[in-house]
Amino acid sequence: MRSFSYERAASPGAAAAAAAGTANAKFIAGGTNLLDLMKLEIETPAHLIDVNDLALDRIEETADGGLRIGALVRNTDLAADIRVRRDYGVLSRALLAGASGQLRNKATTAGNLLQRTRCPYFYDTNLPCNKRKPGSGCAAIGGFSRQHAVVGVSDACIATHPSDMAVAMRALDAVVETVRPDGTTRSIPIAELHRLPGDSPEIETSLEPGELITAVVLPKPVGGAQAYRKVRDRASYAFALVSVAAIVQRDGTGRVALGGVAHKPWRVEAAEAKLPDGAKAVTARLFADAKPTKDNAYKLPLAERTLAAVLREARA
Amino acid sequence: MRFEHPATFNPIDQLKVIGHPTSRIEGPLKTTGTAPYAYERHDVAANQAYGYVVGSAIGKGRIGSIDLEAAKAAPGVLAIVTSGNAGKLGKGERNAAPLLGGPEIAHYHQAVAIVVAGTFEQARAAAQLVRIDYVKGDGKFDLAAERDKGITPHPSFGGPADTAVGDFASALAGAPVQLDATYTTPDQGHAMMEPHASIAAWDGDKLTVWTSNQMIAWGAEDMAKTLGIPKENVRLVSPYIGGGFGGKLFLRAEVLLAALGARAAGRPVKVALQRPLMFNNTTHRPATIQRIRIGAERDGKITAIGHESWSGNVKDGEPEMAVSQTRLLYAGASRMTATRLAALDLPEGNAMRAPGEASGMMALEIAIDEFADKLGIDPVVLRISNDTQVDPEHPERHFSQRQLVQCLSDGAARFGWDKRNPKPGAVRDGRWLVGMGVAAAFRNNLVAKSAARVRLDQQGIVTVETDMTDIGTGSYTIIAQTAAEMMGVPLDKVAVRLGDSDFPVSCGSGGQWGGNNSTAGVYAACTKLRETIAQKLGFNSAEAVFADGVVRSGNRSVPLAQAAGGGDLVAEDAIEYGDLAKTYQQSTFGAHFVEVGVDADTAEIRVRRMLAVCAAGRILNPKAARSQVIGAMTMGVGAALMEDLVVDKRHGLFINHDLAAYEVPVHADIPHQEMIFLDETDPISSPMKAKGVAELGICGVAAAVANAVYNATGVRVRDYPITLDKLLAGMPV
Repeated sequence: MRSFSYERAASPGAAAAAAAGTANAKFIAGGTNLLDLMKLEIETPAHLIDVNDLALDRIEETADGGLRIGALVRNTDLAADIRVRRDYGVLSRALLAGASGQLRNKATTAGNLLQRTRCPYFYDTNLPCNKRKPGSGCAAIGGFSRQHAVVGVSDACIATHPSDMAVAMRALDAVVETVRPDGTTRSIPIAELHRLPGDSPEIETSLEPGELITAVVLPKPVGGAQAYRKVRDRASYAFALVSVAAIVQRDGTGRVALGGVAHKPWRVEAAEAKLPDGAKAVTARLFADAKPTKDNAYKLPLAERTLAAVLREARA
Repeated sequence: MRFEHPATFNPIDQLKVIGHPTSRIEGPLKTTGTAPYAYERHDVAANQAYGYVVGSAIGKGRIGSIDLEAAKAAPGVLAIVTSGNAGKLGKGERNAAPLLGGPEIAHYHQAVAIVVAGTFEQARAAAQLVRIDYVKGDGKFDLAAERDKGITPHPSFGGPADTAVGDFASALAGAPVQLDATYTTPDQGHAMMEPHASIAAWDGDKLTVWTSNQMIAWGAEDMAKTLGIPKENVRLVSPYIGGGFGGKLFLRAEVLLAALGARAAGRPVKVALQRPLMFNNTTHRPATIQRIRIGAERDGKITAIGHESWSGNVKDGEPEMAVSQTRLLYAGASRMTATRLAALDLPEGNAMRAPGEASGMMALEIAIDEFADKLGIDPVVLRISNDTQVDPEHPERHFSQRQLVQCLSDGAARFGWDKRNPKPGAVRDGRWLVGMGVAAAFRNNLVAKSAARVRLDQQGIVTVETDMTDIGTGSYTIIAQTAAEMMGVPLDKVAVRLGDSDFPVSCGSGGQWGGNNSTAGVYAACTKLRETIAQKLGFNSAEAVFADGVVRSGNRSVPLAQAAGGGDLVAEDAIEYGDLAKTYQQSTFGAHFVEVGVDADTAEIRVRRMLAVCAAGRILNPKAARSQVIGAMTMGVGAALMEDLVVDKRHGLFINHDLAAYEVPVHADIPHQEMIFLDETDPISSPMKAKGVAELGICGVAAAVANAVYNATGVRVRDYPITLDKLLAGMPV
């Protein structure tokens, strides 16, 4: 069989060091995405570093009134946490809109952030895909692109990021905490974690080789009406055609992030200034540089209509 | 037993066991995970090796060169079979594209090799090392582009390529109200839970396969033909099947490759077709383009009805017979149908649940709804006023039973159809635009020879053996009910053994013909066994009554088991049909009612409630039959709203080839489903007086959903599936 070596890491620092020191190593936590991709030989790690033993499965309050979510907190547990439900409703709702109960029981917070695209061309190893095989081309461009990105795209890739959770975290201005192979730690605003495809869509995040996510920190609660609306063809177990995470304050200001439209959760702070003018003004700014395909141009009016519905309900 | 005349009173009419909602007798095995499916038959052959199928990476062309060295050298590899070393292979009667491709490639993911190794992981890893250089050919993958080059197919299973009665063109031109509309249905996949899976073992020149197949005799015959060995040397065993829907009617690649791999490796080999190959390697329901034209008087009386259909297939493949039901469903003096076939290089199209009829009803029953709208007549009323009790092409030929009108009117009353607002887009419930839709359900009843063997032993146990299959339908249970009714014993005194080519040849499972024909075959065998028993016990068989475990005549009564005191009594017989299916049109009918909500902002469509009223002869087991119908209704919702094998016309494949990307309904998509059977017996069909029912449940459902979406929004979508992107531009403000 295609062999790989396996170890259980003893500490986050050791895990990061091991990952940097071993060729073609991958972390494994819930495994809900990685194992599928290994079976298809889309991911072919030579070494797996199991991080499940690291004590990163707690949700604790931070000094400034926020929450630190351990990287290994399962999606189900995070969605059910009373503090998340009370103060960060958009996050709980986004989590519950994702995947299935079985997958949420297994999937972790960090793993969710780092899951890979569901573009069908990424999944078929006979076809070109710059993300899977850099330089081979993008078969989705000119192909079946109904699910694909409409904004922030490049000639190399039009894949979307599939996470719901990440869209809510983007709206909440979450910060990702990591440890690097040399043992130093850093904080990365979630806006800077995921990259646009550009001409290297295989590089999906700003993490350095071996760098391990240890936690996601939510700033202190911002209040407001919090909504996550996911639009899809079937009622469950489907990726978003468009999703809207919104936090709307009484004075009409707020935040909006979109899922299903880009290579990363899509939020443009300047667009939020238009919130008092309504959904049309906001999406006009969000999609100012949109480059939809014939198959997915519907996402533009759909996002506008969905945002309008979310704003109407939030203000009701 | 020949069935030549309408059935009269017979032991089945006692209805002591038949007609009861008996739970599935094999249910506990399935719910406890102890019903062994093909891949799990670890005990049937020692030393099983694992096979992994390599599928073609191109849609059309040929293999230029193939390099197996690295794969052969990989750990654990026992054998690799390709067309280069498989020996001469024939082709099954029921296969179009060869199951093992190379050097010519007929379609994407056509099997080109099997790698056999000691473990599954070894086989999978070695399969990645098979190096194939392909020479791409120019394939044709676009039905719409090839449509006008369509060829006229030979008369097939579904009827002739062209039919015509009266003067359609003049009648249409002269009709004061006319409709001319074109509809499309996409390619669809069976997407059953259990993939194609088999274990093959050779004993000298004799082959046994434990597999998952709906039609045992077809499979054995085509395996023998493909391998070029005598049919007697092939045994197929398939007692449990985890879903088929027509995808397992035929010999498919995994079972052939298991046999070839086992021969090459000198060991039994098991193969489960990998899920990503399921959609392009196997068969699928082909896409159609359908044009429907209807003309009528202002009162709604149809004077002309025409239905044309185009579909594509690989060489030797058949067309999708989407026009069949239009020949029979509504009255109208002038009528025509036409079926054309385009040559495509996509994977092979073939039967999927209610082949032809499901696709045809998806279009026809939207057309009727559109026409009703045009006429300003209620769609239930329009259907009722164009009912016919005779075959419209041959008015001397009556339907054996036809309760379409009752299905529609009972359904309308029960569903609250009178509360439907005929004005589209006018009903609102919070954020939802609400609409109701209706469609007729209509599927023919097919009769086919079916045999069984019945044995009585001295414990009084009645054992039935037939190669009939249970694909999740309830065959075990209704066959046990039939034998219990016939022999006058309780169900726990009946054992049923199915799915083995050593057993008498049945009708098999497909085309909703399994239930009626297989039980009629058991009826025939039991009738013979009753005669043998009566004779043995010295009764006049015409007077003997079989009840409560005893045989009784006059004052004399003898325990049934006593007849087998001197050894088992065995009887074998088949039901064979005379001309009643020609003299009469035998069909099943129903009406589907659906209420949908369409989100006023996002245009997301969610079904709110469903009702089916069905008339399908005697219902042998209402619980099993209901399960069949609600399952089919669920599949109809999938066809209406999401199922779509998307063709990449550049690379020539169905690109969404896994269960995440090919969406079928999940539990959250299916609301409360109500279903009613009308009381009906059909003595023309068989001694069971039953008919098919499983596929009736899907025919018309998708159109009822489509019509409800129109009623909710005023947007008429003629291209399935109906997804929100097709509604957005037309949504009410």
